[in-house]
Amino acid sequence: MTHEFVTNLVWLVPLPPLLAFALIVLFTNKNKALSHTVAISAAFLSWLGSMIIFWSAVTTEHFGKEPFALSIPWLPTGDTWLRVGVLIDPLSAAVLFFVAWTILMIFVYSVGYHNFGQPAGDHDHAGLPPHGATVTDEHGHKHTVLSIEPMYSRFFAFIGLFAFGMYTLVVSDNLLTLFVGWEIMGLCSYLLIGFWFAKPSARAAGVKAFMTTRIGDVFMLLGISFLYYATGTLTYREIFTEETLHVLATVPSGVFGLSAAGLIAILLFIGTIGKSAQFPLHVWLPDAMEGPTPVSAMIHAATMVSAGVYATIRMFPLLSAGWHEGGPLTAAMTVVAFIGAFTAIFAATIAVAQNDIKRVLAYSTISQLGFMIAAIGMGAYIAAVFHLITHAFFKALLFLGSGSVIHGMEHGVYHTGNHKVDPQDMFNMGGLRKKMPITFWTFLIGGFALSGFPLITAGFWSKDEILADAFVNGHLMIFITLAIAAFMTAFYTMRQITLTFLGEPRTKEAEHAQETPWTMTAPLVVLSFFAVTYGWVGIPEHFPLLGGLVPNWFHEFVGGTLAEHPPVLEFSWIPLLTSLVVALGGLGLGWFVYRDVKSQAEDKFQIPLLKNKYYFDEAYDFLIIQPLIWFSEVFVSKWMDKSVIDGILHLFGPATGGIGSTIRNYFDVPVVNRFFGDGSADATYWIGKNLRPIQTGRIQQYLILSMVVLFVVGGLVYFLLLA
Amino acid sequence: MDFLNTHLLSLILFVPTIAALVILFLPSGETKLLRWFAFSASLIPFVLTLVLWSRFDPNKTGFQFQEQYMWYEAIHSTLHLGVDGISLTMVLLTTLLTPLAILASFSVTDRVKPYMMLFLFLEMGMLGVFMALDLLIFFVFWEIGLVPMYFLINQWGSANKDYASLKFMIYTMGGSLGLLLGIQMLGVLFGTYDLVALYERWNALDSGSILLGMPVHTVKTIAFWAFTIAFAIKVPVWPFHTWLPDAHTEAPTAGSMLLAGVLLKLGAYGFLRIVLPFYPVEANMFAGALAFLAVAAIVFGAFAAYGQTDFKRLVAYSSINHMGFVVLGIAAAARAAGTADAHIAMNGAVLQMFNHGLSAAGMFFLVGVIYERTHTRDLEKFGGLFPLVPVYGGILIFMSMASLGLPGLNGFVSEFLVVRGAYPVLTIYTAISMLGLLFTGAYILKGIMKVLHGPMNEEWAHGEHKLTEINTREIFVVVPLMVLILVIGIWPAWILEVINKAVVALF
Repeated sequence: MTHEFVTNLVWLVPLPPLLAFALIVLFTNKNKALSHTVAISAAFLSWLGSMIIFWSAVTTEHFGKEPFALSIPWLPTGDTWLRVGVLIDPLSAAVLFFVAWTILMIFVYSVGYHNFGQPAGDHDHAGLPPHGATVTDEHGHKHTVLSIEPMYSRFFAFIGLFAFGMYTLVVSDNLLTLFVGWEIMGLCSYLLIGFWFAKPSARAAGVKAFMTTRIGDVFMLLGISFLYYATGTLTYREIFTEETLHVLATVPSGVFGLSAAGLIAILLFIGTIGKSAQFPLHVWLPDAMEGPTPVSAMIHAATMVSAGVYATIRMFPLLSAGWHEGGPLTAAMTVVAFIGAFTAIFAATIAVAQNDIKRVLAYSTISQLGFMIAAIGMGAYIAAVFHLITHAFFKALLFLGSGSVIHGMEHGVYHTGNHKVDPQDMFNMGGLRKKMPITFWTFLIGGFALSGFPLITAGFWSKDEILADAFVNGHLMIFITLAIAAFMTAFYTMRQITLTFLGEPRTKEAEHAQETPWTMTAPLVVLSFFAVTYGWVGIPEHFPLLGGLVPNWFHEFVGGTLAEHPPVLEFSWIPLLTSLVVALGGLGLGWFVYRDVKSQAEDKFQIPLLKNKYYFDEAYDFLIIQPLIWFSEVFVSKWMDKSVIDGILHLFGPATGGIGSTIRNYFDVPVVNRFFGDGSADATYWIGKNLRPIQTGRIQQYLILSMVVLFVVGGLVYFLLLA
Repeated sequence: MDFLNTHLLSLILFVPTIAALVILFLPSGETKLLRWFAFSASLIPFVLTLVLWSRFDPNKTGFQFQEQYMWYEAIHSTLHLGVDGISLTMVLLTTLLTPLAILASFSVTDRVKPYMMLFLFLEMGMLGVFMALDLLIFFVFWEIGLVPMYFLINQWGSANKDYASLKFMIYTMGGSLGLLLGIQMLGVLFGTYDLVALYERWNALDSGSILLGMPVHTVKTIAFWAFTIAFAIKVPVWPFHTWLPDAHTEAPTAGSMLLAGVLLKLGAYGFLRIVLPFYPVEANMFAGALAFLAVAAIVFGAFAAYGQTDFKRLVAYSSINHMGFVVLGIAAAARAAGTADAHIAMNGAVLQMFNHGLSAAGMFFLVGVIYERTHTRDLEKFGGLFPLVPVYGGILIFMSMASLGLPGLNGFVSEFLVVRGAYPVLTIYTAISMLGLLFTGAYILKGIMKVLHGPMNEEWAHGEHKLTEINTREIFVVVPLMVLILVIGIWPAWILEVINKAVVALF
């Protein structure tokens, strides 16, 4: 594979899923089998391209210095052009690897999840989840079985577009196309969360997700504009040169005493807060679980949210401009570290009190993303990437696993016919390990990875690295916060595993749960492989016993993005012991507390404040949303436009009329009409009337009169003129 | 071919008029003939515009394809036509949207003959403004465009048409007064209305001299505001905007398409052609005020759109929101004249004019499609229609996303350029405008949510009110718009290069 060939491959990688989207929407949407074939083939092609690229990247010496890059002029701007292009450097190669795998697995899994091969539902409608179909077996017995999703093809079209957005984001060499991919994913998550659009809750959740992330996006757009203005480019490699960064770090922005680099980084980071569901914009992600399937839930919980973290990692040089390894954090880094650490513990506390299997995972995602964000804020960006990737694998695994569980439970629900039983409530489950062994074991692996089960799981290595970084660099507050969050993570994960899989079934439905088809379990197995092994590529060099057995490939490779030889962290026992204690302690305690819980009433952690997520939704609704709606509907539409502005305009009518009638009533009528018009007539009439007596018709009188006139005129002429 | 080359603009300009006059002699009962004749006739200017586009040389500065005929000798006014990159784009928009609007009007059954004639006259009026290089001619066409639109709203509009058409007419005419006075002042001062000549002479005026008994500065300021208000009403800029929701809502579908698609651009075009070149100093001085009004339009436009319950009014208010970005770009360019920021902002503004033309026309058309079937525009009466009309729903979502400025579609490119250009010069205003951008999302999603999503309103599912899918003719109307929206979103350089060259030369 030549360098040139691979470089050309890079820009082709996002295209197959886009093509699949177009093909399904325009042509194959009537044919379900063809639609999923098109979509999966496209995902496979992108996966293949990504693997070739990844392999070429790994085998290239000094790849950090010679990445695959290609760009074209895109927008004319005055005398210059804005260029856009693709770039695969170690960071994006590593991210591309997990993106390709998880996306392909999602596509395959969706076939099973949407009940391909099952009959069409009896009363299924587009826009609502399938309700099951009645079939008659050879003995004449009627059974209710799962029915195929009515909008099956549409789902594959949407996830195709979604995959396009994610690939675009990863292969971009600049912020503008990153933003394009970012927003396309935003659209897809809106469409997928609201996939069952006829359900008001799903519809509202879609809008909520879109709007909440858009808050971040508009700030991000400002940041991009500022960056573009300050540097004249949006291409990473042109921005992240030493001179540019130095200038940006020293120029004041005029806002809160931040440097230009700091302000830009924070503006861009607000985008991440939205996309990666960090506090205070975290509210959309749990509601996103309205999405039809754990598949879509997973898409935006394990993949899309990663995009936010990825963007912040990308912007790390900007974020840390003016910072040197071991020195005090920049203002922007402090903000990032604080938000991350706070979110990590805040979301973990909520996760403890959730009963919906998907919601627990949703809050755990928010919390884990907080770990990564905190790591970036501390300057440990390699650890952040490491955790990003391991998390993507095991969280994808967990979401798909939970989908499998729900699917198995739905089978039980159809069997008993009791539709009041919520197949997502963990208190309706229990003992599923026997019914769904593959799901159980893979879920266990995922859960242990999430908890950071020592040595074996990938989650241990990545989480430990973050904790070690925090401790060794002296960020004690962050270290303690994250350690507590990690403990809670292990606790609620074990709570979830215990309630779902261990013990005895708590409902009839759980007794009749059934293992899901291979299209769903195969992806679980593949992902659990990575949830374990991916940790081994990043074992620290100085780790006791294991360190140095395999080279710390991840550190060298991803670290090569920014530096030839990334500094190696010195080993310390305290964070390692902390990792061990919180992981094992949390898991143990979780099992101990929940091993015998029979019903929700026995759960001591059903604290209203936590269960209701600290009432954030209610507070936002009351403080922000309702006032804004009032502002729109009443203030702007009714008062300002209709009353004030139109009111003033409508005054013009009466005012013009007023002027007109004033002129008529006070000038035209009295002066022109009455005085001049009627007045002259009256005067003429009066004169005529008064002169009438002399018009007698008698000739003698006329003669006398004419004589008198003649005499008077003659006298006047004589005396006045001639005399 | 030589004739074509030298008379291209006047052909584009007057073919619609000739066609309208021919329609006069066609039998009024033959609606099919009338429709197809009007449609085919309106395609001729479009094809000619494509020829114009291909022969246009973006690298040349100044106006191309100029034609000049004596018109009113006593006051030295000539029929002087010509295009540069900015007006060419607008001519393309006009000649593209008119056939689509006529095709969209095939469902009109009431008095087809005068209806089609008015549309063709309207096209001439709009084209004339974009091509005119003589201020008096500019004014004449400006007013000509008004009359057909008045009658279209007044005769073919919906319930509140009398109020709306009167408001539209009076308001625009009120603005025209200032325009006419400003133009007369220029004409009296220089003895010519020719734009090209005026450009040269005007800026050479010594600012110390006395004009009409007042200092030059005062005269210029007065004239600046006379023009600015006239154009601001047309755009419309907040707070001169309230005629728009009424006019758009009451106008027939195709009327709204052209009203939003092209007529609003006349105002913005006036800023580019007259205000900025003639009054750079005043524009620079008052750029802050202009930006304030633009941002008010963006923010209040978005909020007001969200506050509507009438689907068409919602879309109408979205125009105010979107055109605010055009004015913001203009204000930024005025403030930063001559810099790269100004060029970027101006590129964004002109492209936004074109883009909004496409998406607004599309949105109004789609509202019209559903109105024609349900005879209501009340958002509360729809709901859950997506399963009934999947194709229509898909198109509506696409068009809504274009309107929302989704990256990958055209609106994003222009809005990004405006924001980028305005950010360094009008930072606070740009930051506040983001609130409008945020709420753009809210009202767009509200539209989709209320119409397509949610529990299905059974009224439209069965029986005589059963909602029918968008038909082939309607798809033909909307597909060209969708294609262009996508093409500009992915590869904007083909159009932006034409705009960019003109902008760099002018500002």
